[in-house]
Amino acid sequence: MDDVLLLSRLQFAANISFHILFPSISIALCWLLCYFKIRFDISKQPVWMRAYRFWVKIFALTFALGVVSGITMSFQFGTNWPGYMEKVGNIAGPLLGYEVLTAFFLEATFLGIMLFGQQRVPGWVHTLSTLLVAIGTSLSAFWILALNSWMQTPDGFKLIDGVAYVTDWWAVIFNPSFPYRFTHTLLASGLTASFLMAGLSAYRIHRGDAKHAPRLALKTALVLAAVLAPLQVLVGDMHGLNTFEHQPQKVAAMEGVWDTEKGAPLLLFAVPDEKARTNHFEIPIPNMASIILTHDPNGEIRGLNEFIGEHPPVKPVFYGFRIMVGVGMLMLLTAWLGSWSLLRQGQLPSWLLKAVMAMTFSGWIATLAGWYVTEVGRQPYLVSGVLRTADAVTGIAPGNVLLTFCLYITLYVVLLGAYLHTLFLLARKAVEIEEYQPGENPFSQPMGVQA
Amino acid sequence: MISDATLPIIFVGLMGLAVLLYAILDGYDLGVGILLPLGHESRKDQMIASIGPFWDANETWLVLAVGLLLIAFPSAHSLVLRELYLPATFMLFGLIMRGVAFDFRAKVAFTKKALWDKVFKFGSILTAFMQGVMLGSYIMGFEHSLAATLFSLLSGIGVTAAYAFIGACWLVMKTDGELQIKAVYWARKTSWMCFAGVLAVCLVNPLINPGVLDRWISLPFALFIWPIPFVCFCLFVLCHLVLKRLPLADDAGCWVPFMIALFIFLFCFQGLAVSFFPYIVPGQLDIWQAASAPESLRFILVGAIVVVPCILAYTAFSYRVFWGKVRDLRYY
Repeated sequence: MDDVLLLSRLQFAANISFHILFPSISIALCWLLCYFKIRFDISKQPVWMRAYRFWVKIFALTFALGVVSGITMSFQFGTNWPGYMEKVGNIAGPLLGYEVLTAFFLEATFLGIMLFGQQRVPGWVHTLSTLLVAIGTSLSAFWILALNSWMQTPDGFKLIDGVAYVTDWWAVIFNPSFPYRFTHTLLASGLTASFLMAGLSAYRIHRGDAKHAPRLALKTALVLAAVLAPLQVLVGDMHGLNTFEHQPQKVAAMEGVWDTEKGAPLLLFAVPDEKARTNHFEIPIPNMASIILTHDPNGEIRGLNEFIGEHPPVKPVFYGFRIMVGVGMLMLLTAWLGSWSLLRQGQLPSWLLKAVMAMTFSGWIATLAGWYVTEVGRQPYLVSGVLRTADAVTGIAPGNVLLTFCLYITLYVVLLGAYLHTLFLLARKAVEIEEYQPGENPFSQPMGVQA
Repeated sequence: MISDATLPIIFVGLMGLAVLLYAILDGYDLGVGILLPLGHESRKDQMIASIGPFWDANETWLVLAVGLLLIAFPSAHSLVLRELYLPATFMLFGLIMRGVAFDFRAKVAFTKKALWDKVFKFGSILTAFMQGVMLGSYIMGFEHSLAATLFSLLSGIGVTAAYAFIGACWLVMKTDGELQIKAVYWARKTSWMCFAGVLAVCLVNPLINPGVLDRWISLPFALFIWPIPFVCFCLFVLCHLVLKRLPLADDAGCWVPFMIALFIFLFCFQGLAVSFFPYIVPGQLDIWQAASAPESLRFILVGAIVVVPCILAYTAFSYRVFWGKVRDLRYY
């Protein structure tokens, strides 16, 4: 049973980590496409359409990878975590159902018109289709984050013989951590997509692309990131306070606090040791953790030793949190420097252009690290206080799970490689394409089949 | 107010609708993938263009069907998917491969396009075959005997042929010229394989499942079942006769084979549904035993009543936008 638990967890972690890469881009990228399309509709300047066309290809590819890796998840609930559906299916089922009904069909159907229908429908219908796909992706995030937040901070239900029954749907959906997690995740997507857009545009400029479209995309993305990054710091802090109230053991692991203490320091770095239940090599800022979490230099933070057997493994949560915050700060710095320099001088100095390129996938790192903090931080529970992860696992033979796990890993590595390769390939192709002449009809470029 | 006992019936109906729509819709686009000729560039592009705007939404019906199974009949969901763990996982690999190949093939360097086309074709075949294996295994009540395994493999071939058949009919409707003539040829070949598959299921299913045999010989169910093989046979013959004459001048009747294929799928589905109702896992679990809490079902039903008609409406809109013969598929 231990083998199948470990393998199922590894497989699920691999699947969900691979999956989140793509929605974390596509949710916000679609809103950016809406912005490009609406700017084109208003100004009729072809440069907005060119930016749209380049990024819609990347959106289509990203979306396809998100869809196929997402379908896998809906099967794994049943195959690998049957206990999950047996215990909390009355809540998880309808929330997932609403995601399919309100979001998946909407985005999948209008994606067809958005990608291939521009010559077949009036301009406003095409803009509307883009908008509906964006609404669909965000609705999808709404439902799945409602479910995830419910698993973190369950509310609005009663347990009868270990099975959860809903008493109040409003309380289930708008459970205590949902508003924070939803905002935090949408902002994360905004930052991930902005940095991808900025990074790939910088790559095009670096390769000698002198056209207007990549410079416009770079500016849009960097300015957006410069606005979203400080917002994210603020929302992240509020999310942390919410976690401190509802899941103190997770915060204790994030801060590396073993014994309940007043005036706890903020650890910039440390090596938590779960056997000795202490930290090594601490670099502390005195009282800072208490100030952040309780707004009082001598505020009390409950330590991990109050939750023995009930708290998560400390290292992944502790390090994950530092990676997320560290990368987030780098993003803030890059976005501000970049925006300032673009707005002042109209272009980036070479070193900053390279820095922006290096940060292309910084959003992925921060997003993954953040999700590890919150998901590992919920352990040993699958649903906080209701269902332990070990009690939800399947009875499938470990050999079968091992086989499928290895195949998934191979497939994902190949696909991720192909995806990254294709992003840069599309950027290089775009560098070579000649700029349209002014006054030329942007709809009649003979491009051949571009499915 | 709908009674608690009626809710599972409504949900099994909704699930049936999702499965049927999935089999028809993703059936034709999987079929186009199965038929994809390797090494014939313009033909390949045209075939893929015919399914480009639709495949993603078509696949969503599978997510809805599995979702409804999960929502309404969670214990059946665990039981069925645990039994079908390996074929379901391989089907997912197939779906992943074809889904991404569709996008990659158009974006990578020309030299790599042929490779992604192979991935697309292989993924389509794998998906269809594994769905057939799952269907066969479900009909056999998840037995692990040699006969059951052979039947599952046979069912895998049958479903692959059925998808290829409806895919060919789709191409007859959506294309013209040389490709349409080729599609007519494919439709004729695959229709007989598909018919053999239908016949095999009709014969084996009642023979091995005593419960199903009961249905076949007891009124009123027999009235719904017995006509099915005969109607299907007549439809196949009709389809054959039509295909022999296609394509006609001014392309009259190019949509007829697809309509016939659609009705064949509908009748086969009806046959299976009548054979097994009210069991959700044949011989083990009926829909009332497997159903989740009524308050959860009501909560989702409200949404379904509002949303499903909208989905059908905008799906119809999308088919109208891309009505007629396929043109080059472009992003703009």
